[in-house]
Order: sequence, then structure tokens, then C-alpha cells
Amino acid sequence: MSKRVVIVGGGVGGTIIANLLAKKMRQEVKKGDVIIDVVSDNPIHFYQPGLLYMLIGLKNQEELTRDERKLLDPMVELHLHPAVKIDKDKNEVHLKNGVILNYDILVIATGSKPAPEVIPGLREGGNWFYELDACLKLRHELMNFKGGKIVLAIGLPHKCPVAPLEVTFMLDDWFRQKGVRDKVEYTYTYPIGRLHGLESVANFAAKTFPERNIKSETLFNMKEVDANKKTITSIEGVTLKYDLLITIPPHKGAQVIEDSGLGQNGFIPTDRYTLKMEGSNNVYVVGDTTNLPISKAGSTAHFESDIIVENIASEIRDGLTPFRYDGKVFCFIETGLTKGTYIMFDYNNPPNVVPPSSLIHWFKLTYNKVYWLTPMGIL
Amino acid sequence: MADLKDIKADVVVDARGTYCPGPLMELIKEMRQQPVGAVIEVISGDAGSAKDVPEWLKKVNQEFLGVLEENNYWRIFTKKTKEM
Repeated sequence: MSKRVVIVGGGVGGTIIANLLAKKMRQEVKKGDVIIDVVSDNPIHFYQPGLLYMLIGLKNQEELTRDERKLLDPMVELHLHPAVKIDKDKNEVHLKNGVILNYDILVIATGSKPAPEVIPGLREGGNWFYELDACLKLRHELMNFKGGKIVLAIGLPHKCPVAPLEVTFMLDDWFRQKGVRDKVEYTYTYPIGRLHGLESVANFAAKTFPERNIKSETLFNMKEVDANKKTITSIEGVTLKYDLLITIPPHKGAQVIEDSGLGQNGFIPTDRYTLKMEGSNNVYVVGDTTNLPISKAGSTAHFESDIIVENIASEIRDGLTPFRYDGKVFCFIETGLTKGTYIMFDYNNPPNVVPPSSLIHWFKLTYNKVYWLTPMGIL
Repeated sequence: MADLKDIKADVVVDARGTYCPGPLMELIKEMRQQPVGAVIEVISGDAGSAKDVPEWLKKVNQEFLGVLEENNYWRIFTKKTKEM
């Protein structure tokens, strides 16, 4: 009797898992003993980290998109209809077009997205770059910005925890290149009492900010934005004036997760080692969708995917799931337009920031071009 | 106040070994998402959290219930007392 693996979500995690599994279990898939389905609401696969570059004219939209069908192994079936309900008791995924997929093993890879509506006034007064349309709008604002106060404000949770620093460093360089840096007062705010969640990264920023005339306001958690007065107020009681508000809005998971009763705000309670949904034996959770207190980042999804694929194959063949995720995360950090650094860490080893270099920056630019090999399961 | 060891939190965030975003960021996230009255326990392997968390709670007028020091980790108990 065949085994059906259904993957809900066609982002980086869902696509890697589908492709790696199809490759690993090629013979079983060819014989029809294993069936792999991907459910996605979008025919286009989007390379989200590229938005940081598109923001200041270093990438265009075409470079950041590929047809999801073309990225997927031909043996994987793609359903381009949103999942509207996941019934874990009946092992069913219900699609919007009425189709019900029965699964033996389910992978939930529904991701997260900005939810500016959580903060009063943020949608009206704020600009963000984590989504295509918002990025295009902010790009327009930046291209026409003649000078004034820029405030960067961050909501929790959010994906790509180093992006607030990257956009700060990159804009600093960009304004310098344009010769208007002296007309820009840039204030970076952060939710806790230092400049980043990671201590070594916070120390790096604390050393770098004064050299680059970047102001900061720590212990700043957004409460409300007044788009008319152009002010943002924190729950800690600080109000900042701005001419341009750049924000990383708080994120939410997918609606189908909440609607199916699988997790508050769309994030699913997940075992940090097995990556199985808590209380379930046949449901895996990957990437931003977990409620794990780790970085919501593409690399996290990538490393988790390797473990999930090994365990799914092992479970189907031997009834065992011996592989464990060690918490590995890797993130490039652009420290401007010409240099970059990176951090790598896991559950047992904290990160250290290596000195920024042109080499790492060029490595990142190269990865931006070859990213497509990652969801294809090659890199 | 009840003995900390007897408190059953509504939400437990085990942030041991998870360096990013970090224990206080996790607490802030939960404080914003949970309903008023929720007891939130953050487990941290970082001694600094036992100091940072009460300072932030004081700043935003939320309740710090206390901290239990275990073997190389800290259990920090808080309660959401008002909307934020």
C-alpha cells in the first residue's frame, strides 16, 4: 500500500523537502509506493532575501522569482489551491477547490508574513520591505527622500532577525554614495536593552553605530503610530518623530493553522529535536511555522528540512525516526554595500561575528544568484 | 504569593540554547500575544535574563512573579496584568 506525503506550503522549506524526498526515495516514488504532494497558494516561488537589494535598486523583481512548478521534481504533484483546513484527527488536508488530500505523513511549511494591522496606525504610517508591494512602495519613498528623520521600528516575532541591521548598514552606505548622508538622521530602535538579540551581534553594532553616526533607542516596542503627526510611540513610553518610518512589522503564521486549531497566531507547538508537531507522530513542522524560539530564517528551514527528509524516508522504510535537529542556523549579515559578515550557531554553540570582509559580501551576492539550487535540493 | 514551584504557567517558553532571538524577545512576544491574566514562564540558560526581564517588566508595568534558579538555567515567572 502506498504512502502519501503531503507538504502544505511551497516556500523554501516545503520545496526543499519535496525535492529531497523525491530524490532520496526515487525508486519508491517511481513504483508508486510513495506519493508526494505539495499544496501552495502561489504559482511563483519568491526569494524573499532579495527584497533587501531590490529596495535600493540592486535587484529587480524578475531575478527574485521562479515558477514553483519548474523548481519541483517532475514526480512531485503540485496543487495550486490554498489549504483551508487541516484535520489532524482524520489525516486530511482540505483545499479551497473542495479536494481533500488524505495523508500518511504531513509536513506543514506555511511560513509567516508581516501583520502590520497588529499595531494601530502602522499600516498607514509605516513602510516595510518584507513583501513585494510594500518593498516597491518603500523604494519609491527612498528614491524621493531628500533628507530628514528616518526611524526603524521592529515588531515581534519577525523573520530574518539580522535584516533590521542589514537594512540600516546598507542604507547608511547608500545615502553616503548619494552624498546626502549628512541630511539624514537615522534612528535604529530595538525591542530589548541592546542592539540585537544575539549578544555578539549587538556588541558589533554597538561598536559600529557611533562610527557611522547611527542613533539608537533600545527597549522600544511599538505601541502605536500616528500617521498624521508622524510619530511612533513605544509601550515603554517613548515617542519619536519621523519623516520616514521603516518598520519590520510583527509577523503572523498562516490563517489555515489558526482555523484548524493547530497553533496560536499560526505558529505550531513543535518538538525542538524531532520537529514533529507536539502530540503527533505523523505531522512535521518546518521553518517559520514552528513555535520554536529560534531564528525564523531560510537557513533554519533549510537545515530543518534535511532532518525531516531523513526521518520521513527512515520512517517509511524502517519505522524509525532517528535523526535530530541540532538547532543549526546560518545567516549572512551585510554590513554595508561592500562588506559582509556571517553568524553560525546551534543549540550548543553561540555565534561569533567574524570581521566583515568583501569576500563574504561577494559570497552573499553569489548565493543570491544561485539560491534556486537550494529549493531544488542541490545546494 | 504562591510558591513559585507550585505555579503552573499558561505558556512555557524554553529558550535554553536558542541564542536568537533570545529569552527577553520571546517574553515580549508572548506578553503581546497572550490574554490579560496569563502566566508566562521563560526558561533561560542565560543568567542575564534573570536581570533583564524584571527591568523590562517594571518599565512596562507588568508583573514579575519571581525567578527559580535551577541547575545552570533560570525559570522566570511573569504575569500579564494589562493590555499592551
